[in-house]
Amino acid sequence: MTALSARTRGNGSGARRSKSLTIALFLLPALALYVLFVLIPIVQAGHYSLYKWNGLQPLTDFIGLKNYETALSSAPFRAAIGNNVLIIVLSLAIQIPFSLALAVMLNRRFPGRAVFRLLFFLPYVLSEAVTGIVFRLLLQPDAFVDSAMSTVGLGALVQDWFGDTNVVMITMFVIISWKYFGFHMILMLAGLQGIPKELEEAALIDGADKRQAFRHVTLPLLGPTIRVSVFLSMIGALQLFDMIWVMTAGGPLNASNTMAISMFKAGFKGTQMGYGSALAVILFLFSLVVALAYQRFVLRRDTEGALTTFGG
Amino acid sequence: MATTTTNVGAPSDTARWMGIRVARPSLLGIVAYIVLVAVAVAILIPIGYAVLGGFKTNGQLAANPGQILPDPWVLENYEEVLVGKSAPTFWGEFGNSLLIAFISVTIAVVFASMAAFVFARMQFRGREALFTLFVFGLLFPTAVAILPLFILLRNLGLMGTPWGVALPQAAFALPLTIVILRPFFRSIPAELEDAARIDGCSSFAFFWRVLLPLARPALATVSVLAVVTTWNAFLLPLVVLNGAEQWTLPLGAQNFSTQYSSDQARVLAFTVVGIIPAIVFYAIAERQLVGGLTSGAVKG
Repeated sequence: MTALSARTRGNGSGARRSKSLTIALFLLPALALYVLFVLIPIVQAGHYSLYKWNGLQPLTDFIGLKNYETALSSAPFRAAIGNNVLIIVLSLAIQIPFSLALAVMLNRRFPGRAVFRLLFFLPYVLSEAVTGIVFRLLLQPDAFVDSAMSTVGLGALVQDWFGDTNVVMITMFVIISWKYFGFHMILMLAGLQGIPKELEEAALIDGADKRQAFRHVTLPLLGPTIRVSVFLSMIGALQLFDMIWVMTAGGPLNASNTMAISMFKAGFKGTQMGYGSALAVILFLFSLVVALAYQRFVLRRDTEGALTTFGG
Repeated sequence: MATTTTNVGAPSDTARWMGIRVARPSLLGIVAYIVLVAVAVAILIPIGYAVLGGFKTNGQLAANPGQILPDPWVLENYEEVLVGKSAPTFWGEFGNSLLIAFISVTIAVVFASMAAFVFARMQFRGREALFTLFVFGLLFPTAVAILPLFILLRNLGLMGTPWGVALPQAAFALPLTIVILRPFFRSIPAELEDAARIDGCSSFAFFWRVLLPLARPALATVSVLAVVTTWNAFLLPLVVLNGAEQWTLPLGAQNFSTQYSSDQARVLAFTVVGIIPAIVFYAIAERQLVGGLTSGAVKG
């Protein structure tokens, strides 16, 4: 280090200029790409959302917040918000605890453990489109699922899985969970394995039973991982598009509509770029709330104890 | 292999020395096992349905929808997709997917490692602010940008081209890639850099000749993550690619399934063949994939 500073002291300004040049050259490609294709479009969405615009003519018809008023009073879009929120609530209430339970089961050693882990994560690698196609065929009336249910005596529970407006979102939730629980499980499994076994063992020696040790030792230490899982699950639920588009395109009667589907339809099917952009901004605001809550919550809690940060 | 901070392989290794006790079969253990098997079956049903359905005729699918095994097995559907009438469609889309994945992953990994290098090893004003700007990208669904992106790509003349998908896709992949690479680059000891400097290495030479070779495991991890994301992408290709000859596999599968909606056996065969690359890739790169996702998320 001393040799280095002695060397640079000689031509200080030259070295500094070359350092700045290096920084600029190394940073510029990523920054340019990111600004051009991610940041500018997000800002542009805010801009377009203030116009009535079909995406082709010049941007002249300024209408202020009219698009937002229309959006918030539109029944299909309100249904979409409701559906996104429903998936968030169900994910947090069912999918995340379920993934945690499976992670706990897989955190013990038993024959076949690796196979289960590989298998449970598999749906995550499949594309949403393909998953949607297969489930669409599997769950169409009188196909495999209906027929199998009748065979085992559950025929009375058969539903029109995609056609019934009251059932379709539950169907979607099951399919979404099928696809993503493995991801959350893997996260939690990694989190569990980052917790030293000694801590739980110490609690057991001090007289806690297994459940108490899990509740008061393991679970709090797993907090950061669970929060990451919760956050990713919420962001994922907010941008739900691919699978639902493939299976129902938001139907029947907007019963499985989502914010992203409304936006896509407005922008590309209805050529209402201004209105679609307003929907994008609303989606953005929902994400912002989630992100800010997450940042606050996680930053405050996770910097408290050294054990809650997994190194790095 | 260099030591890695990215948890690659950590789960099984840690478990091996920690989980010395093999759980004795208890009532709880048996219940847990039943749950695990039930979940495994639930995962296998759709996949098995698709794979086996591809070996059935439409007549079989309609007459005995609950039957599991084909009777008799027919190879026709898979043949048609791989070498028959639908083969040009399938292989064309496969090629498009491959080309787009290659361009976008190369750009994302090269650009992100350069940026992560600067973020990890150089001091300058505004560094954390710029880094936060990239982290910001992790917090938002890409769907938010899609309409203005469409206008932008149209103005740039990139609609209907592989670049129109690959460039934004690379841009979307930058945040996660940079976030995973930075701590890795940081963990390489400063002494190594000093030594390289004394030997006359420029920053670029250090980055290219020392850092990148040492970072191979981390680069593998981020590449695998980016490949999977790009390969499965649906919304962006749906917006950008407007002609059938440009489609990627997910788009192609969706269109095939509506075009031949009455020929379900063939749709299933097409779908299955379409997911084989993803499954093969998963089998090969499972460690990098899982290691990358968990290191990115668990470490926060």
